[in-house]
This record gives sequence, C-alpha cells and structure tokens, in this order.
Amino acid sequence: MLSDILRWGSKRPGQPDAPGEATVARADEPVVPSKAFPKFISAIANRPDAPVLIDFGPVVGTNVEFFGEHLGCKLFIEDLFADYDRHARAGTLDGLAATIDARFRHGDASVDGVLCWDIFDYLSKPAAQALSRQIVRMLRPGGAVMGFFCTSSVARSPFTKYEIVDQTALRHKYHPGAGGPKHAFLNRDIIKMFDGLIVSDSFLLKSNTREILLRRRS
Amino acid sequence: MWKRDEAAAKPNAPAGSPPAPAQHGSAPPAAEATPVKPVAASDPQRGQEKTAVNIGKSVVIKGELNGSEDLTIEGQVEGKIELRQNVLTIGPNGKIKAQVFAKAVIILGEVTGNVTASEKVDIRDNGSVDGDISSPRVAIAEGAHFRGSIDMQKGGGAQKTDGKPGAASAPATPQGQAGQQSTPAAAGANR
Repeated sequence: MLSDILRWGSKRPGQPDAPGEATVARADEPVVPSKAFPKFISAIANRPDAPVLIDFGPVVGTNVEFFGEHLGCKLFIEDLFADYDRHARAGTLDGLAATIDARFRHGDASVDGVLCWDIFDYLSKPAAQALSRQIVRMLRPGGAVMGFFCTSSVARSPFTKYEIVDQTALRHKYHPGAGGPKHAFLNRDIIKMFDGLIVSDSFLLKSNTREILLRRRS
Repeated sequence: MWKRDEAAAKPNAPAGSPPAPAQHGSAPPAAEATPVKPVAASDPQRGQEKTAVNIGKSVVIKGELNGSEDLTIEGQVEGKIELRQNVLTIGPNGKIKAQVFAKAVIILGEVTGNVTASEKVDIRDNGSVDGDISSPRVAIAEGAHFRGSIDMQKGGGAQKTDGKPGAASAPATPQGQAGQQSTPAAAGANR
C-alpha cells in the first residue's frame, strides 16, 4: 500500500512518534502539519507513469529519498533560492524576472508536479508572474502545484527550506542565504497568475500561511 | 586512453605540499604514474586484494579515464570517467567536469556533469553537483549543493508499483493539527 510506503520517515532515530511531540523536538526547526501535502502526493501518485517533479527549493536529502526512492519520481532540483540569493547579492533583483523565462529546459506539459514551497513570497510581482507562466506552461493535464503564500508582508525574512517528515508534516529549517522581504499576494492575484489552473485546495494555517494546491484539469 | 597534463615528478609528495604548476599536454605517458596508495583491504566475496588509487590534487587529466579499481580523485578531470565496477570518490579538492559512470560515486568535491551509478551516489557535506544523477540510491547530505535532475527509477520504480494510486488521497489528520482552518476547494476563500 502506498500509505505504508509513505509512513517512511516517521520513525527516524531520535524522532518521536507522535506529531505533537515532534513539534517540540527542535524549537528552531518546527515540524508543521500540512494539509496540502498529502493531496499533492495523491495527485502525483495517480499518474500512470513515473511522475516528473520540479522542486524550486534547495536540495534536501530526505526529500530526494522520499520522492525518488519511495515514490519513484524523477526529480528536478531548480533551487530558485540560489538564483534569488545570487541576484540579491549582486544587487540585480530587478533582473530576476527576465532570467526566469529562459531558465527552464522542460517542454510544454512535461511536468506532473511542482513544489514551489514559499519562493513566491520572495518574488516581486513581475518575477512571480514570469514563474507562474512557466509553471502553467510546463504542467501536464492533471498535474499539481503546491505553494505556500504568506498573508502579510514581512520587511525581511531568512530563507526556509522544508524537509518532509512524513506525508502529513514538514519540518521548517533555516536555509542560509541573503533572505529578503516577503510579499503577500492576494488570492485573486494568485488565481490570475496561474490562469489555466484551478485552486483545488486552500488551507490557512495557524501561522497565517496559506497552503494552496493548484491543479490543471485532466 | 587518457593523458595527464602534469608529470607526476613527485609521486610520493605529501598531500600538504604545494601543487606544481600544470604543464598541459607535455607529459609523456611513462611519466603519468599517479601516487598509488595500496590498500590492504581484501574483498571478502572474491578473496582478491583490492587497491585504491589516488589522483593527487596537483594532477589535471583531460580525456577519458577507465579503470577497474576504486579511485579517489583530488585533482581535476575533464572528459569522461568510467569505473563501472568500482567506487569513485571525488575528494574535497577534486574538481570534475566530466560524465561519470561508476558502481558507486562519493562526492566531497565539485562535479559538473552527469553522474550515473549502478548502486549509489552519495553527495557529502560541501559536495557539489551540477548535472543529472541516475542511480537507484542517492544520498545528499545537509550542506551539499545540487542542481539538476535525479532519476532513481531503477530501484525506486519497483516500489512504486506496490503502492496503489490514490492510497494517500484521503489526507490523514495527524494529532496536533488543531487550529488549522481549512477551506477546501474554495478559490480565494481566505480573503
């Protein structure tokens, strides 16, 4: 059963069994339940062939193992945080949007799932629009996109990476880098940006983060 | 088959000694002896003694590198590396711009190029790979850099067939989630 496979990760050494206990295991790296993630897994697990995933976050070994070894996905790590960091340090963040259009080598409708994590929070509106255009272009019918969106802007925030604990929880970890301001997009802006996709699920977490799952109709 | 750009004039030079300047293309094959560090590790399965070969950090190789021994590279290699039955280790000082084929690849240095391993690719802390990885097992340490694709289908694909699609479709509700407000299927429902 897939559900058996997906229990992987829940009994790693030093990690408590109950999610409630896990949240206090490492205060600086909280484990946060996710409602969108199991739905994202379900969406890609239903693909007839080995799913193709794009991860816009930095590489995380356990995530690679989860998607590659346990779900049989082909995973593309596109670490946009590194791009952002490079532009931020060079003072060329305005040029980030222009580089996004030419960045991806994937063909039209060639990707089953996209893990955006919270990259959109850091992007300016033009850059976010450029990225969402590329996502819509690359996503296959029936494919899914998962992203986290903040509800209020933050003047400066360090980068976060998300480590999969199990199919229902993610560990938020600090990721080195320049960080930057976070922008809050309105829901209608998100819907407009992803024109062609539908918002299949939206969850507002206690942390005021929106977990949004977008799908392309089959 | 492959040429080393620097004559290994000091094959037994200590690792900490400063690297001699590379003389590209000038070294005759006879002078290409690499510092070889025999390892007294015996193969329990075959009962044969194995050796591990080191390519020192001052060595630059351009071309094709084949072999049937475990190899550690601390220098630079450009081209192609094939050790299909053996373990290739890219040391912390190693810089590889090559297609790599090996049984297992351990990366502590920098690799630019595609890596194919029949058993495992292991990117250790501070290791860096820009390229596509194809291997049934891939381990990536915290602090490692990777950009490219990872294809583990030879090993992982079989497991996937065991899972029935949709088995995870019903989102589990772990304990401790109280406080989450869900607005399923409601576009723009949060505002």
